[in-house]
Amino acid sequence: MPAVSKGDGMRGLAVFISDIRNCKSKEAEIKRINKELANIRSKFKGDKALDGYSKKKYVCKLLFIFLLGHDIDFGHMEAVNLLSSNKYTEKQIGYLFISVLVNSNSELIRLINNAIKNDLASRNPTFMCLALHCIANVGSREMGEAFAADIPRILVAGDSMDSVKQSAALCLLRLYKASPDLVPMGEWTARVVHLLNDQHMGVVTAAVSLITCLCKKNPDDFKTCISLAVSRLSRIVSSASTDLQDYTYYFVPAPWLSVKLLRLLQCYPPPEDAAVKGRLVECLETVLNKAQEPPKSKKVQHSNAKNAILFETISLIIHYDSEPNLLVRACNQLGQFLQHRETNLRYLALESMCTLASSEFSHEAVKTHIDTVINALKTERDVSVRQRAADLLYAMCDRSNAKQIVSEMLRYLETADYAIREEIVLKVAILAEKYAVDYSWYVDTILNLIRIAGDYVSEEVWYRVLQIVTNRDDVQGYAAKTVFEALQAPACHENMVKVGGYILGEFGNLIAGDPRSSPPVQFSLLHSKFHLCSVATRALLLSTYIKFINLFPETKATIQGVLRAGSQLRNADVELQQRAVEYLTLSSVASTDVLATVLEEMPPFPERESSILAKLKRKKGPGAGSALDDGRRDPSSNDINGGVEPTPSTVSTPSPSADLLGLRAAPPPAAPPATSGAGNLLVDVFSDGPAAQPSLGPTPEEAFLSELEPPAPESPMALLADPAPAADPGPEDIGPPIPEADELLNKFVCKNNGVLFENQLLQIGVKSEFRQNLGRMYLFYGNKTSVQFQNFSPTVVHPGDLQTQLAVQTKRVAAQVDGGAQVQQVLNIECLRDFLTPPLLSVRFRYGGAPQSLTLKLPVTINKFFQPTEMAAQDFFQRWKQLSLPQQEAQKIFKANHPMDAEVTKAKLLGFGSALLDNVDPNPENFVGAGIIQTKALQVGCLLRLEPNAQAQMYRLTLRTSKEPVSRHLCELLAQQF
Amino acid sequence: MIGGLFIYNHKGEVLISRVYRDDIGRRQAVDSAVFSSSGPLLEERSQANRRNAVDAFRVNVIHARQQVRSPVTNIARTSFFHVKRSNIWLAAVTKQNVNAAMVFEFLYKMCDVMAAYFGKISEENIKNNFVLIYELLDEILDFGYPQNSETGALKTFITQQGIKSQHQTKEEQSQITSQVTGQIGWRREGIKYRRNELFLDVLESVNLLMSPQGQVLSAHVSGRVVMKSYLSGMPECKFGMNDKIVIEKQGKGTADETSKSGKQSIAIDDCTFHQCVRLSKFDSERSISFIPPDGEFELMRYRTTKDIILPFRVIPLVREVGRTKLEVKVVIKSNFKPSLLAQKIEVRIPTPLNTSGVQVICMKGKAKYKASENAIVWKIKRMAGMKESQISAEIELLPTNDKKKWARPPISMNFEVPFAPSGLKVRYLKVFEPKLNYSDHDVIKWVRYIGRSGIYETRC
Repeated sequence: MPAVSKGDGMRGLAVFISDIRNCKSKEAEIKRINKELANIRSKFKGDKALDGYSKKKYVCKLLFIFLLGHDIDFGHMEAVNLLSSNKYTEKQIGYLFISVLVNSNSELIRLINNAIKNDLASRNPTFMCLALHCIANVGSREMGEAFAADIPRILVAGDSMDSVKQSAALCLLRLYKASPDLVPMGEWTARVVHLLNDQHMGVVTAAVSLITCLCKKNPDDFKTCISLAVSRLSRIVSSASTDLQDYTYYFVPAPWLSVKLLRLLQCYPPPEDAAVKGRLVECLETVLNKAQEPPKSKKVQHSNAKNAILFETISLIIHYDSEPNLLVRACNQLGQFLQHRETNLRYLALESMCTLASSEFSHEAVKTHIDTVINALKTERDVSVRQRAADLLYAMCDRSNAKQIVSEMLRYLETADYAIREEIVLKVAILAEKYAVDYSWYVDTILNLIRIAGDYVSEEVWYRVLQIVTNRDDVQGYAAKTVFEALQAPACHENMVKVGGYILGEFGNLIAGDPRSSPPVQFSLLHSKFHLCSVATRALLLSTYIKFINLFPETKATIQGVLRAGSQLRNADVELQQRAVEYLTLSSVASTDVLATVLEEMPPFPERESSILAKLKRKKGPGAGSALDDGRRDPSSNDINGGVEPTPSTVSTPSPSADLLGLRAAPPPAAPPATSGAGNLLVDVFSDGPAAQPSLGPTPEEAFLSELEPPAPESPMALLADPAPAADPGPEDIGPPIPEADELLNKFVCKNNGVLFENQLLQIGVKSEFRQNLGRMYLFYGNKTSVQFQNFSPTVVHPGDLQTQLAVQTKRVAAQVDGGAQVQQVLNIECLRDFLTPPLLSVRFRYGGAPQSLTLKLPVTINKFFQPTEMAAQDFFQRWKQLSLPQQEAQKIFKANHPMDAEVTKAKLLGFGSALLDNVDPNPENFVGAGIIQTKALQVGCLLRLEPNAQAQMYRLTLRTSKEPVSRHLCELLAQQF
Repeated sequence: MIGGLFIYNHKGEVLISRVYRDDIGRRQAVDSAVFSSSGPLLEERSQANRRNAVDAFRVNVIHARQQVRSPVTNIARTSFFHVKRSNIWLAAVTKQNVNAAMVFEFLYKMCDVMAAYFGKISEENIKNNFVLIYELLDEILDFGYPQNSETGALKTFITQQGIKSQHQTKEEQSQITSQVTGQIGWRREGIKYRRNELFLDVLESVNLLMSPQGQVLSAHVSGRVVMKSYLSGMPECKFGMNDKIVIEKQGKGTADETSKSGKQSIAIDDCTFHQCVRLSKFDSERSISFIPPDGEFELMRYRTTKDIILPFRVIPLVREVGRTKLEVKVVIKSNFKPSLLAQKIEVRIPTPLNTSGVQVICMKGKAKYKASENAIVWKIKRMAGMKESQISAEIELLPTNDKKKWARPPISMNFEVPFAPSGLKVRYLKVFEPKLNYSDHDVIKWVRYIGRSGIYETRC
C-alpha cells in the first residue's frame, strides 16, 4: 500500500484543524466553520475545474466538519468524482467520505455503485481493497443487493491477491451478517473451505471467520472444513514460535487464528474419521501440555494469548464431552487457575468448570476443588467472580456433598450481595429439595433460609415447601413442630408466618398433644402475628383459622369471636371481609360432618417440575440452560425424592410463568369422588346462607384459598348453574352435534342440494324440495369403504320443543350398507310453527366391529318455507311502514366474508327463498326482497333489505317480519351467508 | 436558598467555588447504598457531592452538545441558574424551590459588584482577584441568603488595598457598622463636594419585530434611568417624568396648563426602583423621592409598549432567481427629527446556508459578506433623521441535495439615537438638603437620552 508521502500532506487541512483546536469558545468554532464552509462552497461553485489535490483537501475538510457534529449538505458529488481518480490518496479520501456520509440518495448511490464496480473489476489490488472496504463499511442493503454476487467470485478467484481475498472474505461476512438472504450460496462455498489451506495466514483467519458464521446456518455445506481446520490447527500448534514470523504474537504462534479454528470446530460434533480425530486430540493435548511449560515471556500479552487458546481448547473439549482423559486434564488445569493471581482467570476458570461439572466424566474431578471454590465464594473481592463460584457450587453439588454446600451457601447468604441473594436462595432451595436425605433436614434448611433472607425468598420457594410437606406424611409432624418453634421468635419474617399458617392449619393437630403447643397456644401464636402482616398473609391466616375450627372444635368460640370482630367483618379490603363473612357463616351453619368434609386435609399435589427450577431458569436466561440442566446427571437421586425430580423431558419445557403454584398450566387433576361430593355440599351450604354469592372462586393473588376447595376444575358458579340442556336429553341418547355441524348447516341455508357431510367412512348427500309449509328431503348415505356397515340407523331428533314446531316423518332404511353402496332415506317434513333450531340427524352404525356415531344438524331452517312474493314499490313501502315496531325489525351490520359480487348476492338471496324486487330501492346497489313464511299454524310476512358498502366491505341487512323471533333468526341466518 | 455558587471559565474549569449548603449534588440512592458507614467518610462525601454538582453543570450546560438556551437547568433535582459574561459562566446552584427572579437579581448584582471592584469580568481578572471575590461572597451571601450588595457600602469595608484595620480608628469602624446596619445603608454620612453635580442618563433599548409588509408584530421599549450623583450631605431628591398617571392627576386641577404645555405623556407598563426610592410614597402619590447613594446607580427600570417611536424602518425585497441565485434589496428609512443624528447603524442581512458568492452595492456606508456569520453586514456611521438609504446584493447559491427550503431568518438592525424611543421626558429632579446650605439651584444637573436597538428585526 503506498504510504501517504510527506509532500502530499494537506497543509490547508492542517491549518484549519489547528484553527478549530485553538478556538476559545463554541461560538468561535462555529464562526470558523461557517467561514470555511463558505470558502469551500465558493470553490465548488463550478466556475473553474478543481484539481484532484484541492478537491481531496476540501472533501477532507468537509469530512472533518461533519465529524465535529455539523451538518454537511454538499460535496457529495465532488467525493464521488474523487472515486474515479487514479491516485490512491484521492480515491481513499473519496471512499472515506462515502463510507461516513452516504445517504440513500438514489442518484448518488447509482454513481457510487458504478465507481465501486469499476474498482472491483480493475486489476489493481489496492483499489479492489478500497472498494471492498467501502462496501463493508456501508454494509447497507442496497450495497448488498448490488455486490453480493460479485464478492464470492473475487473471493475464490485464483488470481486474486491475498490482501484482496482477505478483504473480500471479511466484506462478505459483513454483508451476510447484515442481510443473510442476500448472499447466494453456490458452488463457491466448497472453494471457500479450501481457503483454509491458503499460504497466507491473513486469508485463513478471514476465511475462518466467514466459515464459522456461514456454517451455523448450513452446517452440511461446510462439513469438509473439519479436517482442513484440524490439520491447519495441528500445523500451528506444533510449529515453533519462530516459524510463523509475522503471525507470532509474543512467542505464541497465530493465537487469533487458533482461537477461531477452535471456535469453528465447536460448531460440529467430534470428527468421525479416526485419523482426523486422533490428530485433533493430539493437538488438544499439545495445547494442554504447553500450558504447563514455563512462560517464554513475562509480558502479560504472552500469557493472555496462551490462555485464550487454552480456554478455547477447554471449551472444545467440553463441547465434545467424549474424552474422559482430556476432560479430567482440563479440569486439573482449571483447578490451577482457581488460585491464580489474575481475577479474570479465576472468573473464566469458574465459568468453564461450571460446564465441566455437568459432564459425567469430569464431575468427580471438579468435586475435588470444592474447598477452593467455597473459599472463593467467601473471600473473592469481585462480585461477579463470587457469583460464578456460587454457580459452580450449585453445578457440582450431588448427594455426597449437598449438606456441606448447602450449609456453606446458607452461611454465605448472610453476607451476600443483594443482587445475587434471590438467586442463591433459589439454588439453596432446589439443592435442599433435590438432595434431601431426610426431610427434617430439608425443612430445617428452608426455614433457615426464610429466617436469614426472608425478603429474597420468592413465592415459588415457600409454595414448594408446602407442596413437599403436604405430599410427605413422614415429615408433617416434624414440620409442624419446627414451624411452631420458629414462629415463637419475637420477630419473624412474613414468609415464615405464611408457611407457619399453612402448615399449622393443615397439620397443627399432629403437635396438639403437647401442652406447650396446645390448640389455643397455636392459635394465639398465629394471631399475635396477624396484625403485622400484609393483606395476602392475613387472608391466608383466616383460612388457617377456619381449618383450626375443624381441627380443634374447642377453639371454635374464640375463632368465631375473631371473625366476628368489626375489624374483620367490615374490613376495608374486600378479600378479607369476604373471607371473614363466609368463614363465619360456614362455621356456624355447617354441621361438624360437613365442616370436616369441606375443610378436609389438602390432597397431595400433583408431581411435576419444580416451579423453583423454572424460576431459576427464567432468572438466568436461556444461555445458562446447560449449567442447570442437571436432569441427566445423577439419576440415582430419583428414587429418594420421588417425582419431584425433574425428568429430562420436562426440563426443557417452557416454564409456566403466569400461575403461582404452577398448577393451572397443567391439566386439572382428576377430582376424587369424595371431594367432588364435598364440592356440591359446599355449594348447598352457601346457597342457604346469607352470603349466597359463589365467591370462593380462585383469586389471582392467593392460590391457597382456591386450594381449600376441592380441586375440581369448575368454580362453584358452574356447579350452581346446572347446564339446562344436559338435563333434558332426547328420547334416544344421542351425542352432541359434531363441532362443524353449524358450519355444514350454513352451507345449506341458501341451497337445497349438496353433500351434507363427508369423512373417510361415510358421505351424506342431501336433495330437498319445499312447497308452502311442506317439504321432502332425500338423504343419501354412501359407504366409502369396502366393508359393510352394520346396524346402520339414521334417526331424526327434535331437541327442545321442536316437536311442536316441526313434524318430520322418516322411513326406515336397511340396517346394512354394503361397501361402496349408497342407501336413500326419504324425510317428509311439515312445518307447524315458526322454529329456530334445526332438527338433529343422528347416524349410528358399526364399522369393522367398532360402533360409530355421528350427529349432524339437518339442513332444515325456517327460510326453507319461504314463498316469494312479488310486489310493486308502492306496496313494499306500505308494508315496510306497517312493520315499523322496533321488535319487528332486526338489523345487522357486518363485514363481508366473501368477495362482494352483485350476481352472487342475488343468487344467494333467491336461494334464501325471498323474491327479489327490482326498482324498489332508490339505490340500485341495494337488494330488496319480500316473501311469506308458510307454516301450518300461521303465515309470517317478511321484508328484507340488504345494503352492501363496497368501500368498507360491509353489509347492512334489515329484516322486518310480523314476528320478532323470526326477524332475528332470519337476520342471523342470512348474515352468515355473505 | 442558594446552595452554592460556582464561576467557570469557557473550558468549564472552576475558578471560584463557594458552597453554602451541603445538600447540593447529593445522590440519595447512592448515599444509602454505598456510604452505609458514617464518620471519616462524611468529609469525603461532601467533597464528592460538590464535585458532582460542579461536573453536572459542566457536562450538561457548558459542554452540552446543543446550545443550552434556558438560563435555568435542572439536573438530578438540582437547579442551576446561570448567567454568562463574555467567556465566564456564573452558576448559582440549589436543591430547593427558590425564587428564580431573586437568584438572577443576585447574580446580576454580583456582576455589578465585581465590575465595580475590578472592571471587566474576565478569566484573568477573576484569577487575579480571587481572594477579593471570596471576601465579597462572604459578605453578600450568608448561608445562601443574599445580603447587602450595595457597592458603595461594600467599598467602605472591603477594599483592594490590603488590610487597613490597623489604621482604621475605632470611630471609623463603628461608623461603618452603624451605616451598614442602619436605615440608609447605601449612603454614608459626611460626604462633601465642592461642586454639587449630578448626571442623569435615560438609556432605552427598543425591540421590534416587523412583518415584511411593514406591520408591527411586536414592539416594546425597556429603559433604565441611571444616575451619577456627586452631592454633599444627605440630600433628599425628587424625580419627575411625563408619566401618564401623574400628568393626568395634575391635569385635573389645571387642565389648561397641560394642554398649553402640550407635553406628551407616556404609559409605563411596569417599573422597578432602586432600594433607595421610598416605595410608600410612590404608591400613594406616585412621586419618586429618595436619598441617592454616592456615585453611579440605577434609579429605575421600566418598560413601555404603547406609542413607541420606531427610529428606523427596514423595507426588504428578496427575489429568488432560479435555484442558484438570490437578489436582495433592502431600504432603510430614518424616522425622527432631521436635526438628530443616529449613530453606529448596522444592518445584518442573513444569507442562505449554501451561499457560494455575494456581490453587494450600497449607496451609503460599507457592506460586506461575512461568511463566518452567514450574513451581509452593512455599516453606516451616521445618519440624519428623515433620510433613506439602500443596499442591493446578488447572492449565488450552490445547489445541494438537501431539499429543505431556506428558513429566511429576519433582517436585524443595530443603532444608537439621541432620544428616548418611548417618549419619556425628565420633567424635573429636585434636590433638597436641609442641613447644608445649598439649594436646588446650586446643583449642576446633566440629562442625556440614549436610545439603542435591542432586538430590532424585520422579516423578509
